[in-house]
Amino acid sequence: MKFPATASWTRAEKLSFGLITVLLLVVLPLLNALPTGSFLHLSDFYLNLFGKFLAYAILALGIDLIWGYTGILSLGQGVFFGLGAYVMGMHLMLAIGKRGVYQSTLPDFMVWNQVKELPLFWKPFYSFGFTMAAIFLVPALFALVFGFLAFRSRIRGVYFAIITQALALVMWLLFNRNELNLGGTNGLTDFKVLLGFDLLSPSTQRGLYITTALCLMGSYLLCRWITKSRLGKVLTATRDNEHRVRFSGYSPANYKLFVFVVSAALAGLAGALYVPQVGIITPSQIGVFPSIEMVVWVAVGGRGILIGAVVGAIGVNWARSFLTTAYPDLWLIFLGALFIGVVLFIPDGIIGYLRNLLLRRRAASASADEEAPLGPEGRQHA
Amino acid sequence: MHEPIVRVENVTVSFDGFKALQGMNFSMDPGELRVVIGPNGAGKTTLLDVITGKVKPVEGRVLFKGSEINGLRVNQIANLGVGRKFQTPGVYTNFTAFENLELSYQTKRGVFSTLFNPLSSSDVEQIYAILEVIGLAHKTHQKAGLLSHGEKQWLEIGMVIVQDPDLLLIDEPVAGMTEGEREKTVRLLQSIATDQSILVIEHDMSFVREIAKKVTVLHEGMILCEGPMEKIQSDSRVIELYLGRGGEGHASH
Amino acid sequence: MVALERISARMTLLPKALFLLVVSIGALWPTVAKASQPLGASSLEQSPSAEMARLVADLSSPDKADRRAAVVALGALGDPRVLSVLEALRGGSLYVWRQPSGGRETVITRDHTTRDGKEMVSIVRADSGEPIRSADGQALYVEASTLEAIWPDRRLRRIMKPLIDGLRSRVNLFDPDPDTRRSAATKLSRLGRPALIPLLEEALDKEPTWWVRHTIDEAINLLKLSDDNPSVRREAATRLGELRAENSLPALQRLVEASVGGDSSTNDGSVRRAAVAAIERIERWGGVTRAVSTLFRGLSLASILLLMALGLAITFGLMGVINMAHGELMMLGAYSAFVMQGWFQTYLPANLFDYYFLLAIPFSFLVAGAMGLVLERSVIRFLYGRPLETLLVTWGVSLILQQAIRLTFGAANVDVSAPSWLRGGLQAMVGVQLPYNRLFIIVLAVASLVGTYLLLFHSKAGLRVRAVTQNREMSACLGIPARKVDTYTFALGSGLAGMAGCALSMVGNVGPDLGQNYIVDSFMVVVAGGVGKLAGSLAAAFGIGGLNKLLEPSFGAVFGKVLILVLVILFLQWKPSGLFPAKGRLAEY
Repeated sequence: MKFPATASWTRAEKLSFGLITVLLLVVLPLLNALPTGSFLHLSDFYLNLFGKFLAYAILALGIDLIWGYTGILSLGQGVFFGLGAYVMGMHLMLAIGKRGVYQSTLPDFMVWNQVKELPLFWKPFYSFGFTMAAIFLVPALFALVFGFLAFRSRIRGVYFAIITQALALVMWLLFNRNELNLGGTNGLTDFKVLLGFDLLSPSTQRGLYITTALCLMGSYLLCRWITKSRLGKVLTATRDNEHRVRFSGYSPANYKLFVFVVSAALAGLAGALYVPQVGIITPSQIGVFPSIEMVVWVAVGGRGILIGAVVGAIGVNWARSFLTTAYPDLWLIFLGALFIGVVLFIPDGIIGYLRNLLLRRRAASASADEEAPLGPEGRQHA
Repeated sequence: MHEPIVRVENVTVSFDGFKALQGMNFSMDPGELRVVIGPNGAGKTTLLDVITGKVKPVEGRVLFKGSEINGLRVNQIANLGVGRKFQTPGVYTNFTAFENLELSYQTKRGVFSTLFNPLSSSDVEQIYAILEVIGLAHKTHQKAGLLSHGEKQWLEIGMVIVQDPDLLLIDEPVAGMTEGEREKTVRLLQSIATDQSILVIEHDMSFVREIAKKVTVLHEGMILCEGPMEKIQSDSRVIELYLGRGGEGHASH
Repeated sequence: MVALERISARMTLLPKALFLLVVSIGALWPTVAKASQPLGASSLEQSPSAEMARLVADLSSPDKADRRAAVVALGALGDPRVLSVLEALRGGSLYVWRQPSGGRETVITRDHTTRDGKEMVSIVRADSGEPIRSADGQALYVEASTLEAIWPDRRLRRIMKPLIDGLRSRVNLFDPDPDTRRSAATKLSRLGRPALIPLLEEALDKEPTWWVRHTIDEAINLLKLSDDNPSVRREAATRLGELRAENSLPALQRLVEASVGGDSSTNDGSVRRAAVAAIERIERWGGVTRAVSTLFRGLSLASILLLMALGLAITFGLMGVINMAHGELMMLGAYSAFVMQGWFQTYLPANLFDYYFLLAIPFSFLVAGAMGLVLERSVIRFLYGRPLETLLVTWGVSLILQQAIRLTFGAANVDVSAPSWLRGGLQAMVGVQLPYNRLFIIVLAVASLVGTYLLLFHSKAGLRVRAVTQNREMSACLGIPARKVDTYTFALGSGLAGMAGCALSMVGNVGPDLGQNYIVDSFMVVVAGGVGKLAGSLAAAFGIGGLNKLLEPSFGAVFGKVLILVLVILFLQWKPSGLFPAKGRLAEY
């Protein structure tokens, strides 16, 4: 008898993972390094843009964990993204030192708002090490407290979605306030250096791109490990039949809390990688609207499939950066139509659709090894 | 006198004023196989709900292996050693038969132990052994959603067995089964009854006759009578209950 | 006006003149009608007094001092007809007409026109207001060159200003519109001339409206406060206290201060005591009016929330459909009011404009209802029982609706003006004015609630709705067309949202993101209320809305919202399935 090898890699998986790694970490930076006039040259602008998409992909992996695999729709992921981003942004603000407009040790907006002394909660962010830890811990702790209250009282399904949406609204409102000393509506911006490297130089941006790609690879491996473990099965079992899971002796609330915290930490990481590449973080990136848009990335790519989340995040954002410049009026209509079209016509997303096609072709041999699939009965009944 | 495995003391359960159980007193000895029968609405499933912690009684207490389990949550009670099979098969349709058993396997059920500790090979051997017992060894990697109704029932019984509980609560195991499947189920239950306590709810009288040693009859949330099968069959109140209302059919099997 | 110019450009001269005449009469009609009723009747009967005729003639005197004296004397006449003369003088339409016969006549110009390249003007006599006619009885148009303007210098203007105001107020004191009469009385009291008291008393006798009578009474007594006789002052102060006249507080306080420093004669002491008592009385009343106003504001907000929640209670509470585009249906309702307003302005005469809102209410119901119908038929029916998917899809719908509105009407807010019958307010008691638009919304909310209740619980259609929402399969077996019922129920909920939006257009801004501002609040209502119960949604709407207004003053809008989220989460710890949970075996779902 053979141990069912769910956690091990198939050859196809190994191959595609390797290919993508080479593409992201070797080919794209190489293309960028080509001389500017060259036919294959990838401009700094596009490499930077792609770096932003990869950061979003990390966040999408977290959404896939909680929504795709566990069936919990969180409409507050933008909040965790924002927390990670603001943590990183605070470090970068302090790193500006006296190079700001007012040549003060305080961030410019504080001088502007007539804050005389650096607020206490800013001080630890001078330390890079502390910042690195806080990137994960701040969103994770926030998710832990919020999730504990929500899951303990068995708020689920639509109720959880609405509560998290309200959370996003409230955080957006809060971050817009100047009293919070986080830059108000204008957010944190005008960053200069990170660890002594000039943020405006292309080489620093290339380094950030590679860091982001590595983090994405790492996050993918983490998520894969989680979903292939017994815990991953409990998550999906909770999605399909929470009732039964409880009678098998598991506490669904703890599992939900775990996955909520992990997805929050991933969102925080994504936010932290986003900030130095984009150069600004404002409350408008953490509110109700961006949070629900993030969910659509995953829906488009294919929920319940890790690679689907990555593809969805990159694809939708690509479409957005194209459409918002070419047809700014139509972007929202396109996004709305995407919401409707994907849910109604390809509920398993693009990757899910392709996989189903493939599976149908190899119907005989397909039962053994696959990622948590969404059968027709597998969808959420809240 | 030895401690009963489960004791329900003076328990009343009320749904919006409707009393599903009224001052119920019920107990089972360790290693006993007990069958509970009764017409629809007698409170059979509610009794299981109370023991497993799904429903909180408004009055009375429930003891498992001598300690009170009233306030505990469903998963806590399950971890103490109470396994339950539902009336409609509660299997995970998107998982294979093996994975269904793996999910139910008796091991630590905390978040981190499921993340860091994969099953050992001896655990896996045990799961395969249970697959043999429930007769699904040939369908190990088939999705549970694709199994037949009878196979789902056995799979769920298997899930309860791998949980290795001290008390098994089995709700209507043979409902909707063919004659042959029923035979198989009888043998399955008898084989596990040797070292675990089992409480079975069933309508099917011929099935009851085959496996039951002691039978409890519920009616309108109370125990009507209790005793060996022969005594129950001759009890006038039971006959009245089953035949007096124009023959509900179950007794005539 | 642009349209008017375009039309008049196409006409030949004579019809053009007539057209302009008609239009200008139409435009002037309300003012003419208002101004001429009380004095118009008398001015036709009585010919002007000789003195008035002389003074009017003096206005064109070359001597500045003479002109000033004439203005002052005219003002002292107290004849309402003087008003039009002085206003013409101020407005630059008072002329001296050199008659072809050689005589000079002081006239006021009315309509201007151009005939054979010459500017022609129609005129009325300044001293009597009678139109000057040609031999055939037509209004006489004279060449502008025969007219000589009388210009008031700055000093004359300064003299004229209070005279005109006083006269205007006197005239307005007998205006048919009660609001005009009321503000005239207030203005007269500010002039501080005791000589006006008899006039005010005359007005008080004739006044039918209690609230205007109250103001006139207040005005009279305010004027009496500066009377020389202490006993008159004392009585006036006491009366003002009785009237709870908040406006008289400064004057009363001045009276108190003045009498403190003054001689200690017994009279002054009694005046001061009366004034202090009056002040106390008025201030006590102020507390009452503030409480009543707050209560009314709360009620008004609750009624808006009620209107919003009513549609939600049907689509979510009854049908279980999470419709994130609910706010956008409200927005459609508000824009329907805007469109209806535009139609009235473009296609119907101006005097019918006030009725547009009466049509806008059913129109907004139909527009939003139709959108709901389309939405249900095309999207939502495929998603019953999959609330998370419904949530995402309807969010997509909301994006499209918003953007479509933005592309059609622009991203800026549009202006929906209240019809005149919703402007102003009802004087419920002294110091409390209830705005008509808010009152109207309360009435609309209550009517909608009662209507919905009757429809759902006392009609055959409602019985079907409830049957289908409770048990689809069984209802279908009984021959109820479940799908149709779903569609119409959803359309009903959507229509109610549209009506709510139409009502909102009377009190708030109308813009493409109107719906966004309400949607999270609305769904918090749903979460707290619990699914499946109309009453739950309604109770939670009142609870959260009331809490919102209660917390806002002390915590600010933002922290108030934060607090509400925290409270809702804590509330759910205590009651996980909301205020009105589904019970028994249903709770499993």
